[in-house]
Amino acid sequence: MLQASPNLAKTPRVALFVTCLVDFHRPSVGIAALRLLREAGCHVEVPRAQTCCGQPAYNSGDRATARELGRQIIETFSGYDYVIAPSGSCGGMLRHHLPTLFDDDPNLRARAEALADKCYELVSFLVDVLKIESVGARFSGKLTYHDSCSGLRELGIKDQPRKLLAAQGAEIVEMEDAEVCCGFGGTFCVKYPEISTRMVSDKTANIAATGAPLVLAGDLGCLLNIAGRLKREGRPIAARHVAEVLAGMTETLPPIGETR
Amino acid sequence: MLPTSPAFKENAARALQEERLQKALARTKPQFHTKRAKAVAALPEFEQIRDIGRDIKNHTLQFLDHYLETWAENVERAGGHVHWCPTAEDARAAVLAICQRVGARIVTKGKSMISEEIALNDYLERHGITPVETDLGEYILQLRHEPPSHIIGPAFHLNREDWEESFRKSHTDLPPDRVFRERRDILTEARTKLRERFLAADVGITGANFLIAETGTSVIVTNEGNGDLTQTLPRVHIVLASIEKVVPTLEDATNMLRLLARSATGQDFSVYTTFSTGPRRPEDPDGPEEYHVILLDNGRSSMLGSPFQDMLRCIRCAACMNHCPVYNVVGGHAYGWVYPGPMGAVLTPTLIGIDQAGHLPNASTFCGRCESVCPVRIPLPRMMRHWREREFERHLTPSFARTNLRLWGFFARHPGLYRLATRAGAALLGWLGKRRGGRFTALPLAGAWTRGRDFPAPEGETFFARYQRLERSHAL
Ligand code: SF4
Repeated sequence: MLQASPNLAKTPRVALFVTCLVDFHRPSVGIAALRLLREAGCHVEVPRAQTCCGQPAYNSGDRATARELGRQIIETFSGYDYVIAPSGSCGGMLRHHLPTLFDDDPNLRARAEALADKCYELVSFLVDVLKIESVGARFSGKLTYHDSCSGLRELGIKDQPRKLLAAQGAEIVEMEDAEVCCGFGGTFCVKYPEISTRMVSDKTANIAATGAPLVLAGDLGCLLNIAGRLKREGRPIAARHVAEVLAGMTETLPPIGETR
Repeated sequence: MLPTSPAFKENAARALQEERLQKALARTKPQFHTKRAKAVAALPEFEQIRDIGRDIKNHTLQFLDHYLETWAENVERAGGHVHWCPTAEDARAAVLAICQRVGARIVTKGKSMISEEIALNDYLERHGITPVETDLGEYILQLRHEPPSHIIGPAFHLNREDWEESFRKSHTDLPPDRVFRERRDILTEARTKLRERFLAADVGITGANFLIAETGTSVIVTNEGNGDLTQTLPRVHIVLASIEKVVPTLEDATNMLRLLARSATGQDFSVYTTFSTGPRRPEDPDGPEEYHVILLDNGRSSMLGSPFQDMLRCIRCAACMNHCPVYNVVGGHAYGWVYPGPMGAVLTPTLIGIDQAGHLPNASTFCGRCESVCPVRIPLPRMMRHWREREFERHLTPSFARTNLRLWGFFARHPGLYRLATRAGAALLGWLGKRRGGRFTALPLAGAWTRGRDFPAPEGETFFARYQRLERSHAL
């Protein structure tokens, strides 16, 4: 077990923002997040009125729907000390984009801003806010890490996961162009499938070139894309969400797109 | 140039299959990324210079009328002429009028994106005037009758073999044993031909990287020196510029220049940076007798005060497209008009209409790399999103996508129903997926996904179902 963070004066009340992809696709990532947060000394709740951060609407130009979801998020999550998502993409949406939905409504804008300040992506929250240096679970073996775009460029997530993984005992082999987009891009991957497929093929080639049998990332969208392409190419490389490894789930949970 | 932007998808699909193009695009990394990164790393205050650049441009845009008037007064004071042109048609007509007045037959040209924007070459040719591109890249494109594919490396999509092929086809006097092994061989061949043209030209047309208000100066940067010959040898120098090129002072221009070359090619400075103020004065050893600036608006002023105003800060360095993962695999021609990549995705809809250019702001993953390298910090993804919003408002978004969004939006706003629907969906897909080794190679309605990759099956139980189950059994 890891130590409750000494930097916290009181036990923070944390809401888990599960994210729609984790909810639907890979609940284990949500459970992993829950455990990691608890082990780090947080009191974690999972508000039931949550669905999605609204990016599908927001990025498709449907501002009205994005606003309604934004309002729902403000109602649901404002009462917590922190709101934590196991995703840089949703984290970025909450932290940076949510307030901009209410530019014409000073009251909601202020509430959205107050909420945005409390929203973090899981791993950066553990490292940057809770000052966690290592987690309890051990992991040995080679892996490579894909830096998901929103996490990297909107939230500055780069060293945090590497730091925790290295402390677990993992050997991180950096791939070429780790910071280049995998081609997922939400609806982009189905609107422009040929371009997306080419982008993800470049990504999987870079992953394979590291020789690592495992690729990690902090966003399930990218991971479904990358895992899907790895499988299609018949490459024997596993793909996992970083939280699964940090929470020590690799023995029991099959990699993405596999049954074991 | 008739836009092919509505066919972006088809253009892109074709580009992905073109071997030669892919070979050329593979040079982006060594030629642009690595060099820019090095140049930026070597200048610790680069981030500050970016902030200053952004602020200079913002300030100028806020008082654009003032700075343009000051600039124009100073141009006239130096003996030059300013032609205010609201539309592309006005700009073409103004250039033609000057050429016809001085009886020009051959016009040499430095690289200018405005010239492409207003399709000047075709227009001049139709009126019996021969335009000669003198930038090496533009020159070869003129031989090949192709539009540029990149805003600073117009022929970036070509390889050495393509150059050789075009020269052998067009320069019929070439001895067959002439070798084209290196860039220098190409340059020498183009130079021989161009030298004659430089001397024969009556009018020289260049673009402008900046206009300086306090002095009435236009500035161009080139690496080949062709711009200088274009503007000093002929009797008349015409500058093509758009309204957002103006900066208040010389000092401001130098700040922008420090950003430009580093962001564009990773050079500290371009090889030639040329300042032109008015025509030749009596005491000058050389220079043109007439100096004209064609000042083009072409819809730009409508961006002032709109969500797209920030786009007018653009200094055309091309860093955004060089670092765009979409541009990097489809190349510039796929975008179907003059301005490709992220800056084109924002600018093109303003210039040719969102109904024509609707794909461009959508063909982005919002990975944000463009914004992270843009020297003047233009929030390109945010503005692409604005275009998507306009498309959605105007019902230009495909109806299938709208219906899906609406349906999804309904469920997302009703968490109870959402729970039921996702629970059922995940259970079904999870159950099917387990029988297929954890992934689907094909799925109804998901062809766009499964054509290129498998679809990993969900675990089968939603998070909320599992959470409830574990909570009940106190297993959490
Ligand atoms: S948008 Fe920015 S990065 Fe792109 S060309 Fe303009 S200044 Fe350069």
